[in-house]
Amino acid sequence: MKVDRRCFLGLGLGAVAGAVVSPPGMKLTDDLAIWTQNWPWTPVPKDGKVTYEQTTCSLCKGNCGLSVRKVGGRPVHISGQEGHPVNNGGACLHGISGLQYLYGLTRINAPLKKNGETFEEISWKEAVSHVADKLNAMRENGKAEKIACITGKERGSIPELFKRFMKAYGSPHYYSMPDMNTTWRTVAEKMHGENADIGFDLENATHILSFGSGLVEGWGSPVHNFRVNAQRKDKGVKLVQVEPRLSNTAASADRWIPAIAGSEADLALSMCSVIMKEKLYDSSYLVSYDTGFSAFSGLVTTGYAPEKMESKTGVAASEIKTLAREFAGAGRPLAIAGKGRGDTAGDLTEFAAVHALNCLVGNINAKGGVRLNASPDYLKFPEMKLDAVAEKGAEKAPEKSIDALMRKISGTGQSPVQALLMQDANIAYTMHDTDRVKQALKKVPFKISFSSFMDETAKLADIILPSPTFLERYEDLPSDASMSRQVVGLAVPVQKPVKNSMNPGDAVIRIAKAMKSGVSENFPWKKYEDCLESVTGKLWDPLSDKGYAVISEKKPRKTVSADLSFFSVNKGKRPEAAGDRTEYPMMLVPYDNMRITSSEVTVSPFAVKTVSDEEIKGKESFVQVNPETARKIGVSRGDKVKITTPAGSAAVRIDLFEGVMPGLIGMPKGLGHTTDNPYVAGKGVNTNQLISVSIDPNTGQDAAFGINAKISRV
Amino acid sequence: MSELDEKTENGSVESAGKGGTEEKKAKDNSGLGLGVIFFLVAFVVVFLSGWLLFPKLLYSEKEQPFNFNHDLHVYEMGSCEACHFLREDGSFSGIPDLYSCTQCHYEEPMGMTEDEKIFCEEYVAKGKEVPWLVYSKQPDNVFFSHAAHTEGAGMECKTCHGSIGQSKELPTYEENRLTGYSRDIWGDNIWGIDKNSRDSMKMDDCAECHEEETGSKGACFQCHK
Repeated sequence: MKVDRRCFLGLGLGAVAGAVVSPPGMKLTDDLAIWTQNWPWTPVPKDGKVTYEQTTCSLCKGNCGLSVRKVGGRPVHISGQEGHPVNNGGACLHGISGLQYLYGLTRINAPLKKNGETFEEISWKEAVSHVADKLNAMRENGKAEKIACITGKERGSIPELFKRFMKAYGSPHYYSMPDMNTTWRTVAEKMHGENADIGFDLENATHILSFGSGLVEGWGSPVHNFRVNAQRKDKGVKLVQVEPRLSNTAASADRWIPAIAGSEADLALSMCSVIMKEKLYDSSYLVSYDTGFSAFSGLVTTGYAPEKMESKTGVAASEIKTLAREFAGAGRPLAIAGKGRGDTAGDLTEFAAVHALNCLVGNINAKGGVRLNASPDYLKFPEMKLDAVAEKGAEKAPEKSIDALMRKISGTGQSPVQALLMQDANIAYTMHDTDRVKQALKKVPFKISFSSFMDETAKLADIILPSPTFLERYEDLPSDASMSRQVVGLAVPVQKPVKNSMNPGDAVIRIAKAMKSGVSENFPWKKYEDCLESVTGKLWDPLSDKGYAVISEKKPRKTVSADLSFFSVNKGKRPEAAGDRTEYPMMLVPYDNMRITSSEVTVSPFAVKTVSDEEIKGKESFVQVNPETARKIGVSRGDKVKITTPAGSAAVRIDLFEGVMPGLIGMPKGLGHTTDNPYVAGKGVNTNQLISVSIDPNTGQDAAFGINAKISRV
Repeated sequence: MSELDEKTENGSVESAGKGGTEEKKAKDNSGLGLGVIFFLVAFVVVFLSGWLLFPKLLYSEKEQPFNFNHDLHVYEMGSCEACHFLREDGSFSGIPDLYSCTQCHYEEPMGMTEDEKIFCEEYVAKGKEVPWLVYSKQPDNVFFSHAAHTEGAGMECKTCHGSIGQSKELPTYEENRLTGYSRDIWGDNIWGIDKNSRDSMKMDDCAECHEEETGSKGACFQCHK
């Protein structure tokens, strides 16, 4: 027998047949598929014990309670904390993307010092002594008043430590970023003679009249107000939204009243005139407590009659009357102001006019009304010992606002500010007329940033002392003043710092301790945690046990006086939108969108993905114009155009939207970042660079809500 | 004469003779017979290797750090849930960690077994977690809620985990060399043919049971979130 090719053929066929009826073929195919899913470089989160930790979010001023799920000690998921008095289990998309901030691409690894155009890493010891030496030298050379400090928040022990540092150092130039609560406090002072926060009992109101306040765009305490809006529908509470653009809040409201941008005060006063004329006000309240009532009555009934206000507000006289009658006739009416998210100061006259409606219906300190809350004073810092330099500084007054300070810096000659501390404040992005702010910053020779991220402002700094994110640090966080209940939350580190960062509280204590006598003795604490525990006093136990404490449970006073003479005194003093109407016939009004942050916190990559294609597509952002306006200026959907304002110009694309009043350009805020994070930067235009500062003569704060603009084809 | 002509000529000569043809056929038949033998040998070798040798090669046998007597613990503790419980939030505690074990086992052993001695000396005393090999470990992209199955659908632990609760010894852990998962996931039978619902725990097994119980295999995002 000879072994020939048939034998080999038989051998092969036998092997194939054997393989077909035995398992390896099928099993290996399946296993190989699984094997390819388990490459060694495929990231697989480590497994471990699941635990939960409670903390407080500080991405915005809402300060929601958060629950962080951890696996093997590593935070993996963030959700709202059940039963928390601010958010009761709810959370917004920015809060739940907190981990993207923790591991963010632009996080600063270690203290940095500018060397020419680049930064070099230095040790904390070097960084602190470098700052302390510079500041010591300035103080010794009689330049104590030439340092300024800007913090993002106004309240809490960290801003207080910075404020204390400035006072001990001898400079009056401490500022915090203003928002609508700044203006509401001025309203409380001017109309009630009280140093108080104004809170709104939205949960118990039965008729909410909102003058552009974006209840679902992030106004006040965002998640708290989402719940208010959601429950409103079940309870049958009416929401009337006055706004020139159909925002999401306007769309969810019972009625949307499109009024000309900037005419809100006129509309509110016109409604007051109807209430006065038809005697719809709460006579028991007004007769007992109001001063300036008759003067106010005369002013509004003659000057703000609905017929006179028709053309100014764009709202029909009959509509104004109906609005006023419905408001005054409602069970528990409440009027609110603060446009969009309320993160700019706003126009005092507008706020006062809206508040006059509240005074007329007598809802001050009443259920479902406005609540005057004494400013929270839970922090008990030890008495300060001021030396001669500090005493001299304390006698001086700061500028009226950060904008006033920036104007002085950018004026001719040497900058009056030689050193600037910036904590939680990205002013080179968030302030109006951004290019001017950047120019001003360049004139300040020594800028210290405490940012966690290489944001627009940190890029311009001379030294960066990086902070941990809210997930890595202790901080007491009072809730937004617009809430009727005052709550203090505690942020605790749920994760060891992932970068070589230091709590800004610790950083300022260490800088103060490295300073010479006069400053250092006012900072007796070894570290910020000791300071926090000591200054929160009795509140520390509930804060550390529960993570929050309600500090305004007391029943509010029933008797509050109201003074309506404000309008007679301040008649005509209003901020004006910049730009000549003949050259700039349209009005650019930036709007807030809950999906994008526009504060010092840059939007996360996850949140950017949720923005609609009609607002941003690729790298280009869209502006909304009414189809009627588009026809007039000869543009159509998708056209690339140039928007020009007195502050600057930008290329955008046109989106047509019938929910924008004719003549208006709606533009989303929060875009156009210039950081090195490719997932969020370089997309769209920062509206702040197109808006000029418009100072309210009553407060000195920037009250710009928009600017006159023109559109041209490119 | 060209080579081609020669071949043609030889061919015609061969084909012309009858005896030559018969000889060729016999040769052919013997070749076929040998081919069949080769076929059968190859078939048997590959077939048997596939069934007997392949599983031995595919799975590596690993021993647990020490033996664990489930039967004894269930008797002492009263139920499976004493150690493997649902937390308040509905998540499953899984295999108890060292802290849970030390609620009963302090540094000194409670009994006389060698295994408990190892546990106390090597893990409790050193504060080290026991690196158990988990028979039921699923890939990371699978979300599985014990609560939905035991509380929601009222299933018993043994429906999926078998009678591990009555076992006195832990079975040998067989790890698939390619995938890294336990053999219990695919099933003891190398073809993947199951005798019991608990035999294998792959996606098709989930879908099969879901279809039987709920009328639908379920949506992707139910398990792959």
